[in-house]
Amino acid sequence: MLATLVGLLGDIDRAEEAAQSAFARAAERWPREGTPANPRAWLIATARNLAIDRIRRDRTLAAKTRLLEVPENVDDEIAETAFPDERLELIFTCCHPALATEAQVALALRTLGGLTTAEIARAFLVPEPTMAKRLVRAKQKIKAAGIPFRVPPDHLLPDRLSTVLAVIYLIFNEGYGGRNELAAEAILLGRAMVELMPDEPEVRCLLALMLLHDARREARFADGTLVLLGDQDRSLWDAGQIAAGRAALDRGLALGGRGPYALQAAIASLHLEEPPDWPQIAALYGELGRLTGSPVVELNRAVAVAEAGEVEAALALLDAVELEDYHHLHAARAELLRRLDRVEESGAAYERARALAHSDADRAFLQRRRDELES
Amino acid sequence: MQYMLLIYSNESMTEFDKLSEDEQKGILGEYYAISETPGVTGGNQLEPSTTATTVRVQDGQALTTDGPFATTKEVLGGYYLLEADDLDTALEIAARIPAARLGGAIEVRPVVAR
Repeated sequence: MLATLVGLLGDIDRAEEAAQSAFARAAERWPREGTPANPRAWLIATARNLAIDRIRRDRTLAAKTRLLEVPENVDDEIAETAFPDERLELIFTCCHPALATEAQVALALRTLGGLTTAEIARAFLVPEPTMAKRLVRAKQKIKAAGIPFRVPPDHLLPDRLSTVLAVIYLIFNEGYGGRNELAAEAILLGRAMVELMPDEPEVRCLLALMLLHDARREARFADGTLVLLGDQDRSLWDAGQIAAGRAALDRGLALGGRGPYALQAAIASLHLEEPPDWPQIAALYGELGRLTGSPVVELNRAVAVAEAGEVEAALALLDAVELEDYHHLHAARAELLRRLDRVEESGAAYERARALAHSDADRAFLQRRRDELES
Repeated sequence: MQYMLLIYSNESMTEFDKLSEDEQKGILGEYYAISETPGVTGGNQLEPSTTATTVRVQDGQALTTDGPFATTKEVLGGYYLLEADDLDTALEIAARIPAARLGGAIEVRPVVAR
């Protein structure tokens, strides 16, 4: 809804303010008058009209000539209008190269993900006032510099693509820890991008990747702790979504995809087989590592190597990975040491991992693994 | 919206000097073409920074110094004034300015509307 309002009003701040006022009015009126037949249309029309009143009072009509064409009577609008969904316009605006990278991400999480300033600050490990300032400056820059609210014309699209895809995936990852509405939002954006650029392999593969990961959401948590892939109840996996993800992956590969999203989606797809082809997964992580140089990818490769049976070799790979403060690294080491019966070292590694973990679910899981060592 | 495109470049002009006479003429032609582009309302090349004089006023007294305000490697060498619908238009024109690919940079700044 916010995306549509930004499109109508041309201004993120006004859209947010108007949306809040509209919701307040709905909360006040609907219990008395009954819920309207088309609640979304009612909210949008109300928000827009409240904003128009505000703008008229602020006397900045010159800049908002679009709105001068709006009819006075709200009620006529409600029944007829179908407001366009302008999510794509919003994400391309947030990801405009004239904005600093950190501002792009923060703005997208705020306007598309609906995260509060405090939540975004936590995600990026910065103080809340810093993040608040960052958001304010970004919105001011959009207004002052004339960053257009639109999907870029064709000749500019390829340059803008990688940022947009990265930000969509970031929104997805924010939601992966249990906030399903964020993951859903990211997937919606992914679908919209596929519609916009049907022949771009990485666009298709990002959607595939998100669908495949999201298909397992019901099985990933139990009793507040994490359930490992191998232990998950497969009946809880969304088979339809897995099929859709694999279809998108096939199409992406057929279009020639061999980039980071293609590789990650292929890896995700392989993980879902029983048993997974670990050597092939390890090989794909190797390819991905060569593309991205990421130590996290190398960590995952080591895990795949271990699963393929080469535990000693995997441990050696892990020792070369520089991610001292990453709890997954220590958790992986702990697991491999456990398999090699090096119980004391395994225990120490689990302790280290638990101390570095971010969520209660992760901590509970690591504590349980630690305790299992005793028995 | 009105934008100013501030053209910064290294005054040693080594990149420009490396080019052939024809290429150099081509570059000047590009600058001319940009000033003829629809939306571009003005523009000028400035004389070198060695011709600059900087003025400050302190306690009613005008203090004059020889040289430009900023003594950086890249100096302001010229500008364009542009009327455009949005930033993207301004950025595309900025990217066509030869200085941008010859080691310089273009700052795109909106003009305060009054």
